Amino acid sequence: MIISVASGKGGTGKTLVATSLALSLRDIDMVQLLDCDVEEPNDHVFLKPEIAGNEAVSILVPSVDESKCTYCGKCAKVCAFNAIAVLGNHVLTFPQLCHGCGACSYLCPEEAISEESRNTGVIEWGHADGVGLVQGKLTVGEAMPVPVIRKVKEYINKDGTAIVDVPPGTSCPVVEAVKDSDFCLLVTEPTPFGLNDLALAVETVRELSIPCGVVLNRAGVGDRKVEEYCQKENIPILLTIPLDTEIARLYSRGIPLVEGLPQWKESFLELYTRVKALMDERNHSIKR
Amino acid sequence: MKEIIVLSGKGGTGKTTMVGSFAALAESKVLADCDVDAADLYLLLSPSEKQKSEFWSGQVACIDEDTCNECGLCQELCRFDAIKDFRVDPVSCEGCGFCSQICPVEAITMKENMSGYWFISDTRYGPLVHARLGIAQENSGKLVAAVRQQAKQIANERNLDYIISDGPPGIGCPVISSLSGVSLALLVTEPTLSGMHDLERVLGVCRHFGVPALVCINKYDLNEENTRQIESQCLSQGVDIVGKISFDNVVTRSIVQGVPVVEYSDGRVTQEIERMWHTLSTMLSNGSKG
Repeated sequence: MIISVASGKGGTGKTLVATSLALSLRDIDMVQLLDCDVEEPNDHVFLKPEIAGNEAVSILVPSVDESKCTYCGKCAKVCAFNAIAVLGNHVLTFPQLCHGCGACSYLCPEEAISEESRNTGVIEWGHADGVGLVQGKLTVGEAMPVPVIRKVKEYINKDGTAIVDVPPGTSCPVVEAVKDSDFCLLVTEPTPFGLNDLALAVETVRELSIPCGVVLNRAGVGDRKVEEYCQKENIPILLTIPLDTEIARLYSRGIPLVEGLPQWKESFLELYTRVKALMDERNHSIKR
Repeated sequence: MKEIIVLSGKGGTGKTTMVGSFAALAESKVLADCDVDAADLYLLLSPSEKQKSEFWSGQVACIDEDTCNECGLCQELCRFDAIKDFRVDPVSCEGCGFCSQICPVEAITMKENMSGYWFISDTRYGPLVHARLGIAQENSGKLVAAVRQQAKQIANERNLDYIISDGPPGIGCPVISSLSGVSLALLVTEPTLSGMHDLERVLGVCRHFGVPALVCINKYDLNEENTRQIESQCLSQGVDIVGKISFDNVVTRSIVQGVPVVEYSDGRVTQEIERMWHTLSTMLSNGSKG
């Protein structure tokens, strides 16, 4: 089962929920935590894993053999991203703009374009306290997180439970991280910002036909509009975490909630049970 | 005219709180919300919309079923797994157009994609340019560029001193797009190990693109040991800290009321943000003389 943890708004507690859920489940199932927030991966801060290995993430970019090139301009014409240009008797490539589609090399009439790999990030994996961690890291200065996210997800072991920590937002990196999940937990906070971005996140997961439920973090401060919204939209609130300075301090020190305050483990196990029950119910109704 | 972008790496550290407050404090400015994925600044500024424009960007492949002879070449060559059973998955399609170039029966055309909207609004603090990227869309970087271009035009036309922009989280495409060529990046961090880790990476992006950066430590008293560590790391890297803001629920209460915190309270958070804006604006105007 793949459970993704997303939010729309940043800083609502995705990492807190993902790490504590993974640590709570390790006694009952084989658990993997996949950090797909490759721009700012933070799960490792809490799990402190021993990194056992890594793999570079690369995309294929064009390399032009000018001895074969006739400067016909076909490559520049077919490139949708302006990553290759022909100026007189020169071919210029802009690897940072290249999406690696392969059109230029395939369509070059002189076979003058080959492809070479360019690293844009790295995947690292390791273990910590019975949880397998896989994290992707986009190289600083690189613009495209999606290939790194795609690579992290190749490491998912379908036999166990995989928790996917999703980047904030609603655009392509979020879609790449969330798709193929069996269930998506949306973490939010009871403020107008939290509600605005929750509604966007709900639209995103609905677009992907993934069932979702809400984790309400920092409850107590703010207003009741998130609860009203969830009721109206028929979205279950599966876990509520209060605003608590002690929880915030543990977080600031990189201590997972279920380690600093072990009484929370029960709540995370209950969260998992509720997610499973919702899944069973859904599968049952689909079969019928 | 000076352009300031507020970034953080990690989300939820207080970018919008700072920009909303600067909106109330700065004299002559246009505001821009470059977090086009999850734009929240408008919630503090009660804008009235003056102009709404469609944002067309990129293309999506479209297969004509009647012409397609199901040869499968497009599926084989697509590197984004966007074609399955001779149908295009618009979410996976990157719009490269490779398939339309190679289809032997010319069954694939590329269709222009409407991927969101941008708006120009009036607020009691001045003009605001903001945007809404469509759900699950690409090209957020290009929409950010469109927002910045509109803001720049307004600033030039009305001869304004500042463009103040609320940035997106992360370090990828929309951040790079919001960062290029600005006068200054203000990085809002918090004294948590995650916040510190993310600050390092966003500082790296600023360095990579040659943008001067300053740091604000929000909720600094949540963990004073971490705050000291941020201060010493910034000092060793020659990065100035322009503000330290207290951890106070007054910020959340002001967001619930939908007003910038500096207008909601005159407590310590307000005083600290006012001091920070004074420092920032002084640095910027001195910079322009030098």
